[in-house]
Amino acid sequence: MASRLTALWDWFDSRMPSVGEEYRKHMSEYYAPKNFNFWYYFGVLSMLVLVIQIASGIFLTMNYKPDAALAFGSVEYIMRDVPGGWILRYIHSTGGSAFFVVVYLHMFRAMLYGSYKDPRELVWIFGVLIYLALMAEAFLGYLLPWGQMSFWGAQVIVNLFGVIPFIGPDLALWIRGDYVVSDVTLNRFFALHVIALPLVLLGLVVAHILALHDVGSNNPDGVEIKKNKDANGRPVDGIPFHPYYTVKDTVGTIVFLAVFCVVMFFMPELGGYFLEHNNFIPADPLQTPAHIAPLWYFTPFYSILRAVPPLFNSQFPGVAAMGIATLILFFLPWLDRSPVKSIRYRGAYYKGALALFIVAFLVLGYLGVKPTTVWGQFGFDAFFLDTKDRATWMARLCTLIYFAFFILMPWYTAKDKTKPVPDRVTM
Amino acid sequence: MSKLLAALLACPALLFAAEGGTPLDHAPIEPRDLVSLQSGARTFVNYCLGCHGAQYMRYNRLTDIGLTEAQIRDNLMFSAEKVGETMKVAMTAKDGKAWFGVPPPDLSVIARARGADWLYTYLRTFHRDATSAHGWNNKVFPNAAMPHVLWKVQEGSSVVQYDTTVRDLVNFLVYVGEPSAQSRKSIGIVVLFVLLVLFIPAYAMKKAFWKDVR
Repeated sequence: MASRLTALWDWFDSRMPSVGEEYRKHMSEYYAPKNFNFWYYFGVLSMLVLVIQIASGIFLTMNYKPDAALAFGSVEYIMRDVPGGWILRYIHSTGGSAFFVVVYLHMFRAMLYGSYKDPRELVWIFGVLIYLALMAEAFLGYLLPWGQMSFWGAQVIVNLFGVIPFIGPDLALWIRGDYVVSDVTLNRFFALHVIALPLVLLGLVVAHILALHDVGSNNPDGVEIKKNKDANGRPVDGIPFHPYYTVKDTVGTIVFLAVFCVVMFFMPELGGYFLEHNNFIPADPLQTPAHIAPLWYFTPFYSILRAVPPLFNSQFPGVAAMGIATLILFFLPWLDRSPVKSIRYRGAYYKGALALFIVAFLVLGYLGVKPTTVWGQFGFDAFFLDTKDRATWMARLCTLIYFAFFILMPWYTAKDKTKPVPDRVTM
Repeated sequence: MSKLLAALLACPALLFAAEGGTPLDHAPIEPRDLVSLQSGARTFVNYCLGCHGAQYMRYNRLTDIGLTEAQIRDNLMFSAEKVGETMKVAMTAKDGKAWFGVPPPDLSVIARARGADWLYTYLRTFHRDATSAHGWNNKVFPNAAMPHVLWKVQEGSSVVQYDTTVRDLVNFLVYVGEPSAQSRKSIGIVVLFVLLVLFIPAYAMKKAFWKDVR
């Protein structure tokens, strides 16, 4: 049996050797640092969620109707009448949020250990592009259930493009294909969600991994393992990705799937954060909900949008701030002037700045799901108070911290007192 | 590192504690109580289905709550002919709009939109109001277009009995909102058990492969 399989493989390999070459290059002879910790699970988990979303999405497409009159009902049809349909739907809705959970943790890992720094700038840039494509994919997909939040969320977001000077109104009309979000919009968002963006995402993921495997993985010490090779040219602190990290990631995958299943089977709405309550009301273009909140993964940026005051009656500054807040990520590799990568060897400035940044990001995220009146109002009047909502001022403070983290980074990372980095990784 | 994490995790917890809202009574629903669900189904078809549909819910799905198709056909189907039909409403949306100002909403997923506590409080807080068009008003939904449909029921029963009737109705609406909710949980337990079983060899394999890595 074994010899037959070997013979079959030899037959295959002699005709198409690139499969074996790629396998060795990316799996059995890809040397990864041996000191990966907890934070290094989230890259492979992001890929896993992408596969989960594509697989469950294909089956959902078989019963979903991208038609304004039928969409809401077709989702309920999937939930009730399609055998196993509710499993597919909850896999996909939980997967959407899980994708952002793992991607945010993956990005946080990069910030902890300086994984975006030289020579991994391109890995980071492809990563930010994946994040932007993922946001677009999530936004497009959220219209499809055609509930009130789907409709009004899309209405609000598309209108954001409308405030761009000069081209705005035409641009918003072009995106919608209509004067309001309508059946036309639903159809095109469906097409983009199931074909266009998944293709873009897959392409970017391939680029992200190829770029990573060309320069090699960073690690929690920020030590370049390729500088320390043995007689055979293998990094002494590296271990082959397969089998070492395939067996390790299998354990991580099972733990992740367990958490995923706890949410999916026991709390699929997650208190309204994964499936919003108002989205169980069919879209009604004539009735604007009192409070329109995007899903949790967009709320930090939504908070920034709301925090920036309008200028000359135009919301453009807020929209611009929101856009810059995402695009500024591209420049991170060049903003960071620290000679060391890992937080283990950085000084108090960077540690403090990163902690403040994360707190600000979480507070912005929280405020974005709440109305601006959530923390009441200041009891006094002052000429500089354009709004007395405490939450708005808190969001402004956090917005300042968010941008200061990036803009002041060249200064505080250069001044920071770093510790000496060891020659070898530590376990 | 761990201190930083602890501080980060504590922050949102503190923020979430500061929430408030309209005081709603807790709905003491019991999704596995078939008697309660059947009683709720009876109230639903007698008092709600005249104006509200549950157009995504099929009559024969009610076998979930311990009824036979014959029982469903004989006791619960007033406007439908076949047991595989959905619980559609006879009244048209146009008539509903003319009579109530807004067409009465479909109730298939109302429990998922409003929540059990809201429904339970809403149906128990109607009071007389001479200034409203139909003579009723509501505490959690002021100026509701719906009159107090259950007022005869409330009049003819004690507070405890009426609360139980509403509890059963809300229990049923929660079931209708997601008929697969109970099987979802039982399948979930099996899946988690399978993952736990898979974890053991996977962890052992990781340990075995990694024993030489130092």
